Amino acid sequence: MNEHSKKPLLSSANETLLRDIRKDMGRFIHQPQRRIFLQHSLTLGGLALLSGCTVVDENSIENALMAISRFNDKVQALLFDPNRLAPTYPQSMITQPFPFNAFYGKNNIPEIEEEDFRLEVTGMVADKRSWTLKELRALPQVDQITRLICVEGWSAIGRWGGIQFSTFLRRIGADLTAKYVGFKCADEYYTSIDMPTALHPQTILTLTYNGEMLPPQYGFPLKLRMPTKLGYKNPKHIHAMFVTNVNPGGYWEDQGYNWFGGS
Amino acid sequence: MLSLKKKAFVRKHSSAIVNPLWLRLMHWLNALAVILLVLSGWRIYDASPFLGFVIPKELTLGGWLAGALQWHFAAMWLLAINGIAYLLCNLLTGRLFKKFFPLSPREVLKDIAAALRGKFISDDLTRYTAMQRTAYLFIIASLVILVLSGLVLWKSVQFPLLREMLGGYEGARRVHFFAMAAVVVFFPIHLLMVALSPRALLLMIRGR
Ligand code: HEM
Repeated sequence: MNEHSKKPLLSSANETLLRDIRKDMGRFIHQPQRRIFLQHSLTLGGLALLSGCTVVDENSIENALMAISRFNDKVQALLFDPNRLAPTYPQSMITQPFPFNAFYGKNNIPEIEEEDFRLEVTGMVADKRSWTLKELRALPQVDQITRLICVEGWSAIGRWGGIQFSTFLRRIGADLTAKYVGFKCADEYYTSIDMPTALHPQTILTLTYNGEMLPPQYGFPLKLRMPTKLGYKNPKHIHAMFVTNVNPGGYWEDQGYNWFGGS
Repeated sequence: MLSLKKKAFVRKHSSAIVNPLWLRLMHWLNALAVILLVLSGWRIYDASPFLGFVIPKELTLGGWLAGALQWHFAAMWLLAINGIAYLLCNLLTGRLFKKFFPLSPREVLKDIAAALRGKFISDDLTRYTAMQRTAYLFIIASLVILVLSGLVLWKSVQFPLLREMLGGYEGARRVHFFAMAAVVVFFPIHLLMVALSPRALLLMIRGR
């Protein structure tokens, strides 16, 4: 799930409309929501605290907060234990229906033809050949029921299956000492993760949801599922991945959401 | 050499330091951290308001979810580090036991009865009344619970024992919220008690 807008919480119809428009626009333009942050980071609470201090300008506050966020990335990398597993659940605890969530509405879910699909692999890997879905399905498959935690606070339990991502990385001869794996998605979404998380045993290159072919709303044909990361770090509709030492950022991350974004 | 009695007299009457500098610093840093965390926390709550009401955006800090999260994940360091330092200093100097104990329910009731008769504060500002002791211990416990449940929300996979003790991720979310509510209830009561005793405020600012 790569998103965090809401079921209608804002009561006003105007705000709902505005949000929908922004959502639709998001498909085509990466709207600089950063500006929104700039304009609003000092709402009443902030103003009340800082009123009178004209020397404190918004930019320096924003920069300081960004710097702390980078620091938090490092702390989280240190806290991350590559062998510690997220809890798994019985089939009976799966959330029904599992929520759909994206930075656009349901009618904008990308339509992808199975035959045309290729997973493009580039960067620091030995074997840069592209993969068809059939070839991906032929690799050893695993299945797990885990909790997806969204940055908004809610969580939901679902069942995802596919290839252990570490298996896939080894299969393509990825340089496992590289720092990042980046992903590009058919819905213009993009994100990236740290190598230790990529190699975590529960990180799965996902082909199925609940034992069935991944449905469009959950990311057909390919999703990366990590129970150790927040929803926005779990890209859907992946069509390209690359291994790199340069942090590729991400759609939400570049707007101020924490890059590590994991638990 | 001052006799003990004289010392107590001098203390009561303004010249000696009652609240050491470290305490005053930590108290105000804590107040700042709590205010930043509560205001940004409200905005985070609004992103997925599981209790069915939203907190007016104008009262929150951060502007949007990402901004609120940045404030929250910055101020959390101030709260946690300052809080640990406060607890350590209090334990190591023995101040914790001197100031907050003994604590008897009967004393608390007596204080409440006195408060109802319009007498809120003890004359001796170097000693906390039973009501103050209760309030401060209550708020310290709430803040400890806030930090621990926050740790589970932030890193639920890395702290399995803590997570299970708090009822899993979703349990920790509720614990975190209600501990915040406890702090928010404490705040006006605390301010009211301070307002009734301006001398105490002076003590918390300049120590004497
Ligand atoms: C900004 C508004 C605040 C003011 C004006 C204020 C004022 C005071 C004063 C004057 C005292 C000393 C009371 C006495 O000696 O009788 C005190 C103690 C205390 N306050 Fe506050 N306070 C504020 C905010 C907070 C907040 C937000 C918290 C925590 C959530 C807090 C927690 C405490 C605690 C735990 C003590 C006892 C400290 C000790 O003796 O170790 N205060 N406060």
